[in-house]
Amino acid sequence: MSRTDIEHLRRRARRHHRASRVAVYLLAVLAALGAAGPFIWAGITAFKENRDLYRRSNNPFLFNLTPTSEHVSYLFNSTDFPTFVWNTLWVGLLVTAITLGLGLPAAYSLARLDRPWSGPMAIAIFFVYLVPPTLLFLSLSRVVVAAGLQDRTWSLVLVYPTITIPVSVWLLMGFLRSIPKDIEEQAMVDGYSRLGAFVRIVVPLMFPGVVAVVVFAFTLTASEFIYALAFVSPSGEKPISTGVPTALVRGDVFFWQSLQAATILVAVPIALIFNLFLERFIAGFTHGAVKG
Amino acid sequence: MTERSLSPPRGSGQGDAVPPQAPAPVDLRVRRRFADRDRLLAWVFLLPSIGYIVALVAIPFFLAIAFSFSDVTAGDPSFDWAGLRNYQNVFDDPVFWRSLRNTIVFTVVSMALIVVLGKVLANILIADFRGKWLVRFLVLLPWTTPVALSTIAWLWLLDSVFSPIDWVLRELGVIEANMYWLGKPDLAIGSVIVVHVWRLVPLAAVIMMAGLVAIPKDVQEAASVDGAGFWRRMFEITIPLTMPIIAVAALFGAILTFTDMAVVYVLTRGGPTNSTQVLASWAFFRGIEGGDVGQGAAIALFLFPLLLAAAIAILRAVRRMDVS
Amino acid sequence: MAVVEVRGLRKVFEGGRARRRRAHGRVNAVDGVDLATAEGEYLVLLGPSGCGKTTLLRTIAGLEQPTDGEVRIGGHVVNELPPRARRVAMVFQSYALYPHKTVRANIVFPLKAQGIDKAEWAAKTEWAAELLGIGALLDRRPRQLSGGERQRVALARALVREPSVFLLDEPLSNLDAKLRASARDELKRFQRRVRTTTIYVTHDQVEAMGLGDRIAVMYAGRIRQLGPPVEVYDDPADTFVATFLGSPPMNLVPRDGVLVGFRPEHLLPEKLVHGDDRLVVPFQVDRVEHLSGDRHLYGTVRGLGAETRVIARLPATVTAAVESGGEHQFAVHADRLRFFDAGSGERTDPVSVRTGS
Repeated sequence: MSRTDIEHLRRRARRHHRASRVAVYLLAVLAALGAAGPFIWAGITAFKENRDLYRRSNNPFLFNLTPTSEHVSYLFNSTDFPTFVWNTLWVGLLVTAITLGLGLPAAYSLARLDRPWSGPMAIAIFFVYLVPPTLLFLSLSRVVVAAGLQDRTWSLVLVYPTITIPVSVWLLMGFLRSIPKDIEEQAMVDGYSRLGAFVRIVVPLMFPGVVAVVVFAFTLTASEFIYALAFVSPSGEKPISTGVPTALVRGDVFFWQSLQAATILVAVPIALIFNLFLERFIAGFTHGAVKG
Repeated sequence: MTERSLSPPRGSGQGDAVPPQAPAPVDLRVRRRFADRDRLLAWVFLLPSIGYIVALVAIPFFLAIAFSFSDVTAGDPSFDWAGLRNYQNVFDDPVFWRSLRNTIVFTVVSMALIVVLGKVLANILIADFRGKWLVRFLVLLPWTTPVALSTIAWLWLLDSVFSPIDWVLRELGVIEANMYWLGKPDLAIGSVIVVHVWRLVPLAAVIMMAGLVAIPKDVQEAASVDGAGFWRRMFEITIPLTMPIIAVAALFGAILTFTDMAVVYVLTRGGPTNSTQVLASWAFFRGIEGGDVGQGAAIALFLFPLLLAAAIAILRAVRRMDVS
Repeated sequence: MAVVEVRGLRKVFEGGRARRRRAHGRVNAVDGVDLATAEGEYLVLLGPSGCGKTTLLRTIAGLEQPTDGEVRIGGHVVNELPPRARRVAMVFQSYALYPHKTVRANIVFPLKAQGIDKAEWAAKTEWAAELLGIGALLDRRPRQLSGGERQRVALARALVREPSVFLLDEPLSNLDAKLRASARDELKRFQRRVRTTTIYVTHDQVEAMGLGDRIAVMYAGRIRQLGPPVEVYDDPADTFVATFLGSPPMNLVPRDGVLVGFRPEHLLPEKLVHGDDRLVVPFQVDRVEHLSGDRHLYGTVRGLGAETRVIARLPATVTAAVESGGEHQFAVHADRLRFFDAGSGERTDPVSVRTGS
């Protein structure tokens, strides 16, 4: 190969490299705008005056009048928004705790204790995930009534684990497979019972998986809509996902700015936390779900 | 090497006078208790989950089947056998068939879009660039936001009078009058699909990232050394190797679109004139808002076999790919 | 009194354990094993992978329940006892150090389990760390250690339990070849010092020959031969042991319903084999390999029985010229010959073998 050929190739490679960098940045910005566009715009809308917002010819992406925070303060002072947030928070945490409490031992039993029925049972639990809430809520409402929990936030604590447990068991089994069996057997030889090895060695080593499940279960719980809509009607008992729409949509009247403010206030913290644990979450999928 | 004590140190209280006592070879006091019995433990660990699932999924599931054969309504909760009458009524209603068709169309179209866009997004998100953290955060927003709230944001985006999309199109001179996104059947169907895709692409991307991360680096590098360019690597290595996890992402996308009613409920309430109604929302309107529990159950029951068939097909495909 | 004794031990894995086997049905991982260790002995279980040696070890540790037979430790039947009650210490192939604990916490962990007074932890940890020379590593975490250091930490952790027996499951197989020799030496010296009975599982005959006071060669769930290394090597009980041990393996030449076996190092050029009871055989050499001083000759022998491919190993001290392609007169001492039944592979009585010379 002659020198000019090499020089030519090198130049081409450099050009190619530069083009691909530009493409990556371009696509990244596009993706970010596509995904977050509605939120960015909602962020602007939340601070608009009514006269600014409800005018067809105004540029919807700019403040045509000075921004106002009156709609945000309306959200906090004249609606039950803080209560909704609080409800979502404690329901989410409680459901996550129940999910882990039931899911960790179940995943361990299925992945490690290796009974003949473990495989079929794991598949059965996965299929539970396929039973949609829309199919269950009619009869679950009977269960909720029987438990005396109708119109109480507690009814959600009762039913939400039906959504979170199957997925969590699945994810946790994946994480368990990534922990070498040797380590817990070593603990058993070192003087612990199977239960002791589980509590002292397996659970601490499962920490990344636990984090992934916490984030996933919390997100699922916070997003849930059907059960919350069907089981809880008093405003003070509602979580965010049904509370905000009912408090800020009165018949045909939408309190748009306050709605948008609520959306941003809820969306940003959850996404931040999820992003923080994204790597762990991905690790969970690679370890198990894929190879499982 | 210096001489070291070969017998372990004993408790200080015993002193040197007491000769070291060799410990018994086995500790006979310890019996195999509950905590050592794997068989028992396997059940005990699993039982709470199984119990919970039986009580709150299995029993309600069969109750739902029973409801579909009964005349239970919100006003009259007593259970009377109604035979196939609910199914008869459901089948006679054109809205049911419309919902069934919509459900399938929404699911298939959005699943295809979710997989393709998710794949693209996953590839962007694993690339190295500055500000990646911010981009990831922004991209995750649609999935992590409660679906009711994000759909409301879209409701305003598609407003009949103040839609900023319309504003842009008007400014650009593409349209004269507003589009009425949610007012015309075709546009409403398109809008619902767009919202589904927008909401679920981030999840699919995250799942697929897991697959991309799992591809051994040396395979990629070997292909690079062999002179394979980006597209060739993509179609001959990356996609075949991550096929199982792409299928998992597709499965999640399908389940979440298929069973979702929140988007339709908030965005169009099934309208205009039931043109965006899906099985899930139709069951809700009939069963809860219309009070006809029997019919609602009969409609919702159609979700399960369809979903089961789709899931089994996808999981089979995954397994087959795994073996090869 | 035997420290560990195993009587009529059988372990059957039923179907459902998909990881162990693919086909349906049952697998006899351990198929009737009798074994007893002497006090302070170094017993090596040697066999190819899947021969049941690890299952046997795990059954002794209590990690597997025997299907049949009994395990005794210190004279007590321990079948019903969980691992933690058996006072055994096990070192796994991976060393199974607790990755989230420091070296010190790893060593203390078994003490905690035994309910030993907190005040004694430090002294015992110091003692074990001293003995293995890892005093400087106590605050590190396992991932910061080299392979050899991990082995020492695993041994220290095993040691503080003051076990009546050490069970080691291929502890050297995760080390690279260079480290393996020094780690093996260290293991042997360690055991010489602490004098604790040790059962050592390996598939590597070099480790087995080098470490063991006795070797139990296992195949298909049974012990084929049990004895000191020299005996197992020189007087193999059957063709499996004969060919599994030795590198290259024993040559086997079929002759009238028996197999005539001899080690490659005993097939030497005629003039190097003296005495009357030698057997001279024509050896058609077709390939020569030079391996760390020795020469390995590949070829065919005639006259001893059926024409058979064999290997001869000439030590570095033999300088006689042997080219490939030619036929040479080689010889074996008659007392170096071993005879096996061609059908069962078991040792049989010597038969008279006369060759042309």
